[in-house]
Amino acid sequence: MSEAPAPPSVGSAASARARGLPSEASILMVLVGLALTFELLGWIFVGQSFLFNAQRLVVMILQVSVIGIIAVGVTQVIISGGIDLSSGSVVALTAMVAASLAQSSDAVRAVYPALIDLPLIVPLAAGLAVGALAGLLNGTLIAWTSIPPFIATLGVMVSARGIAKWYTRGQPVSMLTDSYADIGGGVVPVVIFLATALVFHVALRYTRYGKFTYAIGANAQAARVSGINVPRHLIVVYTIAGGLSGLAGIVTSARAVSGQSGMGMMYELDAIAAAVIGGASLSGGVGRITGTVIGTLILGVVTSGFTFLRIDAYYQEIVKGAIIVVAVIADQYRQRARSRRA
Amino acid sequence: MAGPAPAAPQCLLEVRHVSKAFPGVVALDDVSLSLKAGTVHALMGENGAGKSTLMKIIAGIYRPDEGELRLRGRALQLRSPMEALHNGIAMIHQELNLMPSMSVAENVWIGREPLNACGIIRHRELNARTQALLERLQIDLDPRTPVRALSVAARQMVEIAKALSRQSQLLIMDEPTSALTDKEAQHLFTVIRELTAQGTGVFYITHRMDELFEIADEVSVLRDGRHIATDRPDNLSRDAIIRMMVGRELARLFPCAPANPGPVALSARALNLPPKFHDVSFDLHAGEILGVAGLIGAGRSQLAEALFGLTPASSGQILIEGCEVRVDCPGAAMARGVALVTEDRKESGCFLGLSVLENLEISVLTREFVRLGFVRKGALTRACAAISHSLRVKTPDLHERMENLSGGNQQKVLLGRWLLMQPKILILDEPTRGVDVGAKAEIHELISRLVAQGAAVLMISSEMPEILGMSHRIMVMHEGRVTGILARAEADQVKIMNLAAR
Repeated sequence: MSEAPAPPSVGSAASARARGLPSEASILMVLVGLALTFELLGWIFVGQSFLFNAQRLVVMILQVSVIGIIAVGVTQVIISGGIDLSSGSVVALTAMVAASLAQSSDAVRAVYPALIDLPLIVPLAAGLAVGALAGLLNGTLIAWTSIPPFIATLGVMVSARGIAKWYTRGQPVSMLTDSYADIGGGVVPVVIFLATALVFHVALRYTRYGKFTYAIGANAQAARVSGINVPRHLIVVYTIAGGLSGLAGIVTSARAVSGQSGMGMMYELDAIAAAVIGGASLSGGVGRITGTVIGTLILGVVTSGFTFLRIDAYYQEIVKGAIIVVAVIADQYRQRARSRRA
Repeated sequence: MAGPAPAAPQCLLEVRHVSKAFPGVVALDDVSLSLKAGTVHALMGENGAGKSTLMKIIAGIYRPDEGELRLRGRALQLRSPMEALHNGIAMIHQELNLMPSMSVAENVWIGREPLNACGIIRHRELNARTQALLERLQIDLDPRTPVRALSVAARQMVEIAKALSRQSQLLIMDEPTSALTDKEAQHLFTVIRELTAQGTGVFYITHRMDELFEIADEVSVLRDGRHIATDRPDNLSRDAIIRMMVGRELARLFPCAPANPGPVALSARALNLPPKFHDVSFDLHAGEILGVAGLIGAGRSQLAEALFGLTPASSGQILIEGCEVRVDCPGAAMARGVALVTEDRKESGCFLGLSVLENLEISVLTREFVRLGFVRKGALTRACAAISHSLRVKTPDLHERMENLSGGNQQKVLLGRWLLMQPKILILDEPTRGVDVGAKAEIHELISRLVAQGAAVLMISSEMPEILGMSHRIMVMHEGRVTGILARAEADQVKIMNLAAR
């Protein structure tokens, strides 16, 4: 971390000042605190352990894996100073397209009767391509017109949902091949989520791509003056986010072994919440994949904790909303404390 | 000089011994002057002489540290611009404060709309009142036009109408003609004469000498926050005013890089970007500092941005080391070894929320410090640490957030960002603005060192001592045109000001 020698003109007291814990530490404490609370309540009210139950833990992560995959992309968009509202609809669209190319010969009324039992690579490639194309459209709109990301992705969100419905005139796509269904089976979604998170954690921290993304979010004008091709880079960021939504769409349809145009409803908001709980700042330039992963897990703990305590889903949503707001308020206090430090 | 005049009946506003300091600078030092009702009182001075600060005090935006204002002989305490408005003082800012999507009438009467019994705005009355105002000013405008559709000149008229609608007796105009054509300026003068005939007093800040003789009844010159003189324009010559504006001793605290110009590094040939600059041509040699002097709005920053590809020129040629190059984006300029440190550190320089390291490294990530997209962290951090050390950046370590550094240290980091690139041509736009004296000297020394090593430097500066002390040659711009290029030996403040103010 600190291989940079402090300039000799600096007093030792200043350089000895503790750097403080990484910003993820506080959010990790929230995660642990929530888990322990449910553990305690579990023993009191249900008479069993919340945490020491491997099956529950797997289900917990499984439930939020799709959100997590989307959140990895959304985090990058948020770091670049933007927002992506289209993720949930892109999930539906890719689920439809990928599923339609993954139907088995058992399908009675296949979408493409001539295209059944295709190799797994076809629906996968098609799904990722559809997602990336939607992201490309987002990025191009944002980079080459002056409309704000909120509006551009809102438009794509509405249209993508429309295309998803139009694609089969609202009919679900079912009877998928076993190999496709395997993508959603067992812990595969969890592995995909964590692998995605790892790849983009490395990309953000150790590559030029990541440095440019933070720089644009921190100050787009200064980034331009520093020689960064800002429009081109933003297109890349949104395309990646779109591609990850596509991946989430594949996983969703594989888990359900069908494609439905209503899939992924409101997923974009959960993904944004995960990123924001994890410390990403909607004003750009701040955020980390590790934080987002923890944010995603917090959403998972809340969901499965409430189910575990057999509390109504209504309360779940109410508490989830409160957690999002409290997380952002806490983050603002932390940031203010940071900039006052000097 | 010019002590407080006795409060004569026609004296509208008196400024008595006003001082104002900002952290690190004394903006106003014991300034006294007075404005008579029904006259135009012009204020002249270099950039940073304190004109705008004084006007902002009168408009209630700043509060003086010492001294007082007296309006018609009564002491006046202004705590906000609102209070100034209630006392009949209105300021028309350089950047106009109008709401573009609302109509002329709505803008004029904002917050004071005529209402009917139900609280609904009576638009007919609103428009009629505005029409009456506009007619009084002989301005031909439809009150229902949205402000967005108006020219800058027309918007200024709306601001004046707004001031008038508040029965303002004192108008402050800060370089009102800077964005106007000659014809529009003439109309503005007609309106001002109309207002003064009705008893309004006008403070008028300008950089244009000709206007002074045309419109002003009195001229006050400020320099370095001090009041130098007040007189009638007829009693003053152009040269006398310029001498008063610049007449300070030049302290010799600049590290004088020896003049040792090498081959031509950068040439501009007939660069144009109307209306920002026109027909700009010059040669910049390796091992030379070419200073660019001029008043604010002379097009110097736009020229720098064009040379760096931020806003490319619409016509003309840029030659780097004799070869014509197309510079249509910063990347193209950087590939040729051109670097630009912009004027506005916060707006287009720093990433305030990121660390010093991240601020330093950003411009070299296209070069030797990246392999297959991965940043070579060790090598890069060492290079950044070395440059930060050699620039004596005062920071606990490279992970400190940029916003916690002082202005001077931020500026050093920005210079460091470009030095990492080892530029052949360095364009500096106000390199020491808002920087304390110590850091200033260090930055000057650094520039001299670079030039001695063969870099070519184009240095824009509004500070006369810096221009005269650092430059080997000085290019003066006025309203987007190069009005002269002076050698160091022949240049002095009066010559530069003559070329800059025309």
